[in-house]
Amino acid sequence: MSKYIVTQNVADCIGCRACEVHCKDKNNSGPGAFYCRMIEVTSSAGSLPRIDFVYLACFHCEKAWCVDACPTGAMRRRDKDGIVYVEAKSCVGCKACITACPWTVPQWNPETGKVGKCDLCMDRIDEGLEPACVSKCTTGCLSFTTPGQASESARQAFAEQLLRNRR
Amino acid sequence: MKETKYSICGMCAVRCPVAVQVEDGKPVWIEGNSHDGGMGRSLCAKGGAAFAQRADKQRPTAPLLRMGKRGEGQWREASWDEAYDYITTRLNAVIAEHGGRSIMFSDRGGPFADLRQAFVKALGSPNYINHDCTCGRNVHHASKSVYGLGRKDFSYDYANARHIVLFGRNITEALKVKEVKSFLKGVKNGARVTYIDPRASVTAGKATRYWQIKPGTDYALLLGIAHCVLSNNYYDLDFAERYITGLSEFKTFLAPYTPVWAAEETGIAASEIEAFCRELNEDRPKVIIHPGWMLARYRDSFHASRIIHILNALMGSIEQPGGLFYPKGPKDVGKSGLKSLAALVPAVSEERADGCGSRFPQWDKGAGMLQTAYEAIETGTPYPVKAYFVHRHNPFIALPDTNEQRRILDKLDLIVAVDVNFSETAWFADVILPENTFLERDDILRTEKGLKPGFGRRQQCVKPLNNTKAGWEIYLDLAKRMGKGEYFPFKSIEDIWQFQLQDTGLSVADFDAQGFVKLSDKALWFDRDKLKFGTESGKIEIVNPKWEAMGVASLPPYEAPVPPPEGSFRLLFGRNGYQAHGQHQNNPILCELLNVNKLWINTAAAKKLGVKDGDQVRVESGDEQGTITAYVTDLIHPQAVFMLHGFGTDVPAKKRSVGKGLADQMFMQGKLKEWDKAGGGLNLAESFVTVTPV
Repeated sequence: MSKYIVTQNVADCIGCRACEVHCKDKNNSGPGAFYCRMIEVTSSAGSLPRIDFVYLACFHCEKAWCVDACPTGAMRRRDKDGIVYVEAKSCVGCKACITACPWTVPQWNPETGKVGKCDLCMDRIDEGLEPACVSKCTTGCLSFTTPGQASESARQAFAEQLLRNRR
Repeated sequence: MKETKYSICGMCAVRCPVAVQVEDGKPVWIEGNSHDGGMGRSLCAKGGAAFAQRADKQRPTAPLLRMGKRGEGQWREASWDEAYDYITTRLNAVIAEHGGRSIMFSDRGGPFADLRQAFVKALGSPNYINHDCTCGRNVHHASKSVYGLGRKDFSYDYANARHIVLFGRNITEALKVKEVKSFLKGVKNGARVTYIDPRASVTAGKATRYWQIKPGTDYALLLGIAHCVLSNNYYDLDFAERYITGLSEFKTFLAPYTPVWAAEETGIAASEIEAFCRELNEDRPKVIIHPGWMLARYRDSFHASRIIHILNALMGSIEQPGGLFYPKGPKDVGKSGLKSLAALVPAVSEERADGCGSRFPQWDKGAGMLQTAYEAIETGTPYPVKAYFVHRHNPFIALPDTNEQRRILDKLDLIVAVDVNFSETAWFADVILPENTFLERDDILRTEKGLKPGFGRRQQCVKPLNNTKAGWEIYLDLAKRMGKGEYFPFKSIEDIWQFQLQDTGLSVADFDAQGFVKLSDKALWFDRDKLKFGTESGKIEIVNPKWEAMGVASLPPYEAPVPPPEGSFRLLFGRNGYQAHGQHQNNPILCELLNVNKLWINTAAAKKLGVKDGDQVRVESGDEQGTITAYVTDLIHPQAVFMLHGFGTDVPAKKRSVGKGLADQMFMQGKLKEWDKAGGGLNLAESFVTVTPV
């Protein structure tokens, strides 16, 4: 796990897929390749329909299968913050990383014949900015944070809700 | 060098404020204009695909003249001079034979229409028309008949509401960024949301109550609600006493329309309707019942919307935090507004070809009505209409029955399309004048009404990539070539901006820092003791004598919809949050999100037909048929089927999307002649189709 995490408030997500588009526009991921994806899950079982969307990008694993599988060292992990990324010039397009990843996160770019994946827009992070998907999320349901901060703010919100609902 | 330019998005008709970063003349980043607090950096998927639109070559990139027959798709690139000559020669011939009035013009309305209206007037025509017969005309006219004010004379304070009621207003997918953020804030603050729609859209997933109403029965449900609200005194008696007329007639009229009666019509239990009304009583005045955005649906949508307007007044939610409010303009804060370009041109006294204000006295002249203008083209009555400018408007897919529209428009001597995309209508034109994408063009300044009124500017952020021009430039060029230059004493957009700002004390440079200028620091609310309405009585009129005199009953008895014949379904359509109005299905990025639509069909109904989820089915109506994949779900009413709008294009230049999916409007045969007689909105949800397994 990189020191960062992108969290999603599902209640505020409307499945508008702006995150996917902002990512593609910024990262030029190639036709059919999505570094992040909004997965729709619906159910009509209860009295109210459930129509939810779940944000899935890359988990930036601490011990990343894709990095271990890569024969050329193109798939690598940034020392300073643990971001897992592809060094394009070393990628030979063998797809070992795609096979190795339990969630098939690395994406195939048919135009370049190489793999690409979410690097949390590390060029933006290095400028003190947020990843494209988070920065421009239509409803603000995505947050770029750290696991510690995410836990802290979730607990804070829960505590406030507890007090609001106190009779 | 990197710089940030503030502008206004043009990917859809919502026109959100944006910030565009430009480096060495290239656009490198676009986001919401965070100087606008309600917007922040947020940007929807369509806005995010703006650079992709600009780079896309499957669009008109130079003026095009038709070579073969209309719609055949044989084009020849021409210079602007040649295209202008082609147009002016034919326009002059039309004017010589039939007069300036035989020219008509349609667009999608909005805050930049003033210059285009000036252009039409300068040619001597009263026939400026916007798209609203397929959008909010019913809502607008209903509002006029209740409040004497238009639909845009009210806004909604979702963030502070206690209860938000949406009759098919799919607020999360028919998406306005600022509105949906305010809505979600309201939800987070604990607002109840009641969503009513035969199909459960994403908005149903955000609701605290979802009613899968029988399609076509909204008016019945509203009558049942009104009955319950009035008979239990679940309304603001003081507000009603002060501002509403016609309550006793309303009570008498509503007597038979009990919740039990409404339950029978709509399929929604009487106890549910009663529980809902009790909640309204608890939650008022912080209640918003949305009167509809696009409400060209049923033959009685005007009256459904009318009851909603009345219910909002009964909730006492007018000019009320958490309810409805008047969007304030410059005059309300003691400032001068933008000067009008159309006001520079002498008025045209001719009757309108579409009959607005004459044959149809109740309909506003300002926006016109496209389907009755079509009648004038067809019949030559009240006079011949021979030339048509269609400006970034796509009636062929917005109005029903594309083939019938082709037949009618083929009677014209000249069709000029000004567009960024190859719309289906543009493909049928004689000339396509390619417009700059919004990133590449300036527009006239706009007025931004609200609690803090102001003005906003769309500016050119990057140079055009292709041989295209901005709309303002095109219409100035054409007006000058038609000998009407005297009404357009401008050489540049800066000249126009300065003219517009003349009385305001502002200068063009005032827009550089934020892209907009606010005329007030604090939110302005009117005194609720002195509210004014635009009706003859100055009150909110449940029974409006002026409209009754024009032949529009205020409270017509309910007539149940015709149920679909055995084996048929009512065809409904809608949109997702990332592709609107058929403008984005061919965008290089947005086409990847979804490239084909499906047919939503109810689980039980599908079972009866032997259709399983993912099966191919044939959809038929009259001589139109097509094959589509079935999406079998309980999220749609058994009487209806649904498809996303804007698919199934037949324009071959749109290579990514041509022939993919089905186009709902093709199945609305004969519906060009059926509209809500009171409000004028087309009946876009009154068609039936059969569905059979392939």
